[in-house]
Amino acid sequence: MITVDGLRVYYRTLKGDVRALDGVTFDVRDGEILGLAGESGCGKTTLGKSLIRMDGRMKHVAGTVTLDGRSLPIADDAAMVPFRFHEVSLIPQYSMSALNPTRKIGRMIRELLKARQAPYDEQELHKRLELVGLGVETLERYPIELSGGMKQRMVMVISTLLNPSLLIADEITSALDVSTQKAVATALAGFRDAGFLKSMIFITHDISLTYQIADTIMVMYAGKLAEKAPAKTMVTAPRHPYTQLLLNSLPEVGVRYGQRRLAGIPGSPPSLLNPPDGCRFRDRCPLAYGKCAEEPPPVEVEPGHFVACWKA
Amino acid sequence: MRRYFGRKLLIYGLTFFVAVTINWMIPRFMPGDPVASMLARANVTQPAAYEAMRSYYTGLFGLDQPIWQQYLNFWGRLLRGDFGTSIYLFPTPVSTVIKGAVPYSIGLVMPSVLLSWVVGNWAGAIAARRKVLDNTALPIGYVLTAMPHMWLGVLMAWGFGVILGWLPIAGGYSFSMRPSLTWAFAWDLVVHWFLPFLSLFLIALGGWAIGMRNMIIYELESDYSNYLSALGAPQRLIRRYAFRNAVLPQITGLALQLGVIVAGALVTEIVFSYPGLGSLILNAIKNKDFFLIQGAFLFIVLGVLIANFIIDIVYVVVDPRTRAGMVAGT
Ligand SMILES: Nc1ncnc2c1ncn2[C@@H]1O[C@H](COP(=O)(O)OP(=O)(O)OP(=O)(O)O)[C@@H](O)[C@H]1O
Ligand code: SF4
Ligand SMILES: [Mg+2]
Repeated sequence: MITVDGLRVYYRTLKGDVRALDGVTFDVRDGEILGLAGESGCGKTTLGKSLIRMDGRMKHVAGTVTLDGRSLPIADDAAMVPFRFHEVSLIPQYSMSALNPTRKIGRMIRELLKARQAPYDEQELHKRLELVGLGVETLERYPIELSGGMKQRMVMVISTLLNPSLLIADEITSALDVSTQKAVATALAGFRDAGFLKSMIFITHDISLTYQIADTIMVMYAGKLAEKAPAKTMVTAPRHPYTQLLLNSLPEVGVRYGQRRLAGIPGSPPSLLNPPDGCRFRDRCPLAYGKCAEEPPPVEVEPGHFVACWKA
Repeated sequence: MRRYFGRKLLIYGLTFFVAVTINWMIPRFMPGDPVASMLARANVTQPAAYEAMRSYYTGLFGLDQPIWQQYLNFWGRLLRGDFGTSIYLFPTPVSTVIKGAVPYSIGLVMPSVLLSWVVGNWAGAIAARRKVLDNTALPIGYVLTAMPHMWLGVLMAWGFGVILGWLPIAGGYSFSMRPSLTWAFAWDLVVHWFLPFLSLFLIALGGWAIGMRNMIIYELESDYSNYLSALGAPQRLIRRYAFRNAVLPQITGLALQLGVIVAGALVTEIVFSYPGLGSLILNAIKNKDFFLIQGAFLFIVLGVLIANFIIDIVYVVVDPRTRAGMVAGT
């Protein structure tokens, strides 16, 4: 179980702080898959990175993260090391290039496990490779000899090898074709069912893909939570105007990603360098009214359904 | 694999052909008549004797034949290992003259290239790790690579040779010595070799160190490094991987730099009057000895091509990606 409370993470830039994550609160229960959606630049990757490894430009401003009852020292790079891989793991957005090009994959895995003082369980590794449809001989290959989809699945297996409590899967399907996307998503859900990971944050642009595997969907807008609800509720009865537009702008499920890029909502999100007060969706919101100049807090409109909008 | 090397060999073969042709052309289109200049040095005054000698030498060198015949003859002799006869060291064959100079050049270039490459990569990798070191190593590296060979050579000869008087500054061995297989002579060789070696080594060192430092920093920011960091891998492992990946472009760099290095070595030899190919070429040019110029340049071209080919092989051995690509391609 992971609990995130009021998390604020900014990027330091020459022009000032970019408030990429500006007060986000949610939790993910054991066995739950949380789908995280939202337009490009809304802070999804920032959230994912904050939970495992912040880069040098990121700054933890406020908020806490609790994993299985223990507080995660997210701002302390060294103190986070014991948690990484063992407790929190990541399938990065750049899976295609995440493997060292000059090491055979099997050897890289052994060296990584040894460096992390984790046991190398060959049988378990082989079993999991088979589960995602990779032959054992793949371990004797170099990353360049694998297709994109194979690399993706390989990274999936590596990242979950130590049965982390939380897995962050960032945009792992964007580079794949539709049928592979589904296969990867299903394989991940299978990993959860097999107990290879307790809970997962599945990040994507693509609400319809999220819907296929997520139990809960969370939509972010400009660094803030817009709406969070059980997957079914989110798709059938969204309450936030942004989510509603997002879902309306989607063509039928199954159309290739890219054509589906949320072209439907006019306007663009505000700059996160000096974001305006009040509701950040105000400029684009068809329902905006006077009260929206104040910031709408997330409200639990029904059990498990949070909406940050005055009109909800 | 065979196709890969076949293609490489073809490219090198073509390069060699073009180099030989250009090499054959250059001295022939240089101003001045070699036979005339040789005779001038021989101080032949009687017109009749002069004419006789002139036609004798012209015939000997084949200069009276049509130009295409000269070209074909050139190739024919080349393939038989006959580079002609030196004019200024007449009648020593060019191949003998070159054979005397080549060991000096190789003895100078090989150790300085290999050592500067190894030490430079090592220094660059360390500099990439520590800020303090980086701040000192980087400027030193830039100064060293920017230094012209001529200038550093003169500077060192002046500093260590003239001012401090520690080391000899000219020649391959002392005039008082006769080449022999004794410790004394070997030591004399080393002492004469050291300064030209050091100046070549230092200049190359800076370039390799800077290249390696930049490559490592780039590799440490690459995706696989980030992934390993996210999984909590220790810096040790990540650096090891980064080093291996960063060394590969440095090997390619070595192949690309060979020409520059050889040119630098020639200049350095001249500065230190070191009896290698550089000094030989200088003398040959001074005396319009174009058989010798041709021979020396051909030897250098051949040497660079062979070295390139060796580097190609090494690259295939160390970079799994080229091997994988070849397997997939054939
Ligand atoms: N290194 C950085 N320096 C400054 N600003 C940054 C940096 N990285 C990201 N940002 C800003 O932070 C915001 C959130 O970025 P983030 O990468 O989290 O978005 P995202 O939701 O993952 O987008 P995408 O769907 O395109 O991956 C963006 O507005 C972006 O411009
Ligand atoms: S708070 Fe106002 S502006 Fe924001 S989404 Fe709701 S109605 Fe629109
Ligand atoms: Mg992202």
